[in-house]
Amino acid sequence: MWNYSEKVQQHFFNPSNSGVLEDANGVGEVGSISCGDALKLFLKIDPASEIITDARFQTFGCGSAIASSSALTEIIIGKSIEQALRVTNQDIADYLDGLPPEKMHCSVMGAEALRAAIANYRGEVWADDDHEEGALICKCFGIDAGMIERAVRVNKLTSVDEVTNFTKAGGACKTCHEKIEEVLGQVLTVMAAEGVIDTVPAPSCPVAPSAPIHKPMTNLRKIQMITAAIEDLRPTLQRDGGDIELVDIDGDTVMVTLRGSCVGCQMSSVTLSGVQERLMSVLGKPVRVIPAEAA
Amino acid sequence: MTMSAVPRQVYLDNNATTSCLPDVVAEMLPFFSEQFGNPSSIHAIGAGVAPSIQAARERLQKLLGAAHDSEIVFTSGGTESDTTAIMSALRALPERREIITSAVEHHAVLSVCEYLAKHEGYKLHVIGVDGQGRLDLKAYEAALSENVALVSIMWANNETGTIFPIEHLAQMAKPFGILFHTDGVQAVGKIPLRLSNSAIDMLSLSSHKIHGPKGVGALYVKRGAKFRPLFRGGHQERGRRAGTENTAGIVGLGKAAELALAGIKDENTRVRAMRDRLEGELVARIPNSIVAGDVDQRLPNTTTIAFEFVEGEAILLMLSRAGIAASSGSACTSGSLEPSHVMRAMQIPFTAAHGATRFSLSRENSEQDVDRVIEVLPDIINRLRAMSPYWSTATGAPAAFQPAYS
Repeated sequence: MWNYSEKVQQHFFNPSNSGVLEDANGVGEVGSISCGDALKLFLKIDPASEIITDARFQTFGCGSAIASSSALTEIIIGKSIEQALRVTNQDIADYLDGLPPEKMHCSVMGAEALRAAIANYRGEVWADDDHEEGALICKCFGIDAGMIERAVRVNKLTSVDEVTNFTKAGGACKTCHEKIEEVLGQVLTVMAAEGVIDTVPAPSCPVAPSAPIHKPMTNLRKIQMITAAIEDLRPTLQRDGGDIELVDIDGDTVMVTLRGSCVGCQMSSVTLSGVQERLMSVLGKPVRVIPAEAA
Repeated sequence: MTMSAVPRQVYLDNNATTSCLPDVVAEMLPFFSEQFGNPSSIHAIGAGVAPSIQAARERLQKLLGAAHDSEIVFTSGGTESDTTAIMSALRALPERREIITSAVEHHAVLSVCEYLAKHEGYKLHVIGVDGQGRLDLKAYEAALSENVALVSIMWANNETGTIFPIEHLAQMAKPFGILFHTDGVQAVGKIPLRLSNSAIDMLSLSSHKIHGPKGVGALYVKRGAKFRPLFRGGHQERGRRAGTENTAGIVGLGKAAELALAGIKDENTRVRAMRDRLEGELVARIPNSIVAGDVDQRLPNTTTIAFEFVEGEAILLMLSRAGIAASSGSACTSGSLEPSHVMRAMQIPFTAAHGATRFSLSRENSEQDVDRVIEVLPDIINRLRAMSPYWSTATGAPAAFQPAYS
């Protein structure tokens, strides 16, 4: 099953701040029983300082949903609501030493409940505008069917390559190309029926054959291959306003710097693991990709 | 640290896989070393292995109650057997373009059928089930015609243990010249079978569900049933499954089949009684719990209980910490957002479907295992319900909770 971190297990088996907060003045409720997870977050906010003095949660959901709720309350107690609103789902995941890609939606639910509770405190109506949906398609980059559908619709994409360029889905280990093709086919069929596009183009899926490695790789060859693979990835990241630079290679450790909008991006750790997958598939051997500043 | 700090391991996930029994391992071991020969070879080292394969075939024949040992085709497991049966029927009857299956099949059947419908233009009849998981016989009857190449319906369901009236279904299909396949992966070894006087054309089985090794299984093909191999390129299995035999695996499956046949009475008496006690005690001690499936027509070893207002993965993690291995039809264990297709087909309410927990026993279990679950599970459910916004601890009943989106 899942490889939950020690932190996730700790917060699941012994959650902090679970239960009802009777004198809460901000309550956020998100999720539903049909989705399989739901979270009710209670906040006690000091009206003078707008500091969250206490928080409690009730969660219906899996191990990581309960752990994310527990982590969320620990993160936000003592923060002002302005500071709390800057807490992202990635902060929750990081606090738990990471979540499996399939479980990132649990941290999203935590971040949404926080916003809903603060909106409730302020007397506002909270509207969920970016609820993740659909089956997880690309495990390397954590891209779900909903995200692919939106990219296809907005940009009228017609090939797997284009989907990869716009969403990064399928850009690393390449094992999800059949699934991407399927989502693409469905969306295009619907779009054709709606009259948004004329005909359904046959999805094409050109997969570059990776060079078989017969003899031991020289250091020079390895550096060339890593450099070329990083160069290949840059246009994808640049399209999102980001960039990546190769800093150094030490044995099997590849040090890179993320630039542009990748800096501080919630998905940067996912991006790095995607780069790692890509390098491993190009080199045919394990490597570790780390941010240069961590080295 | 004392030994008592580690909880005793209680394995109640035997529908997922079973332990490979020591007697099975012992019979397999020589085939990794001195008995390494290829049974197709002329020389003594190879030829010496062939009788062991034959012995395994005869043991499996006995378990299935098959008329001839040549009706057994060894494969790599249940999934290969299912795919082989489905593709064989369609190729054997190419003019027929329809397939009948059920809504609660294992994905090894359902996904293949859906793929064929989507990409190869087959018309697929997916027969639904009622709230107890019983097949809609009227819909089944209505779907039968001479346009149908294949019926593939499971003998017993892996999630609920519900047994379908397979022999009756096969008899109904016969007048239309339809090839009838059943996924018997869960039924074999748990209920007595006699395929020699049956209308079933093909049956899939898997070794690791009956205390044999993983990576081996078999497809029963009735003598005279039209067959087209999935793998070509060798004369093995009388040309029906090319590729050098998994000799150790086949020998292991043979031994497991012999032990399963000897154990069928135990399975239907002692194991059944343990299952019934486990189920009865849990439902009595835990309010808002529902037994899923047809309790009158059910495998002796399986119970699936849906605990309302808690989520299955959370239950499994807490059970696992107490040393208990069980399984779940919950979405979160598979990474999708919806409960299992079996729970949905049975229209189990969402309040309960996410908390569906399966306990599947085997001959290896003891009364102490059952005691352990009865001892720890009520507290686990209480703890999780205390955390759930859908449950009011104060009233011990469901709470009103209407979140922002659904």
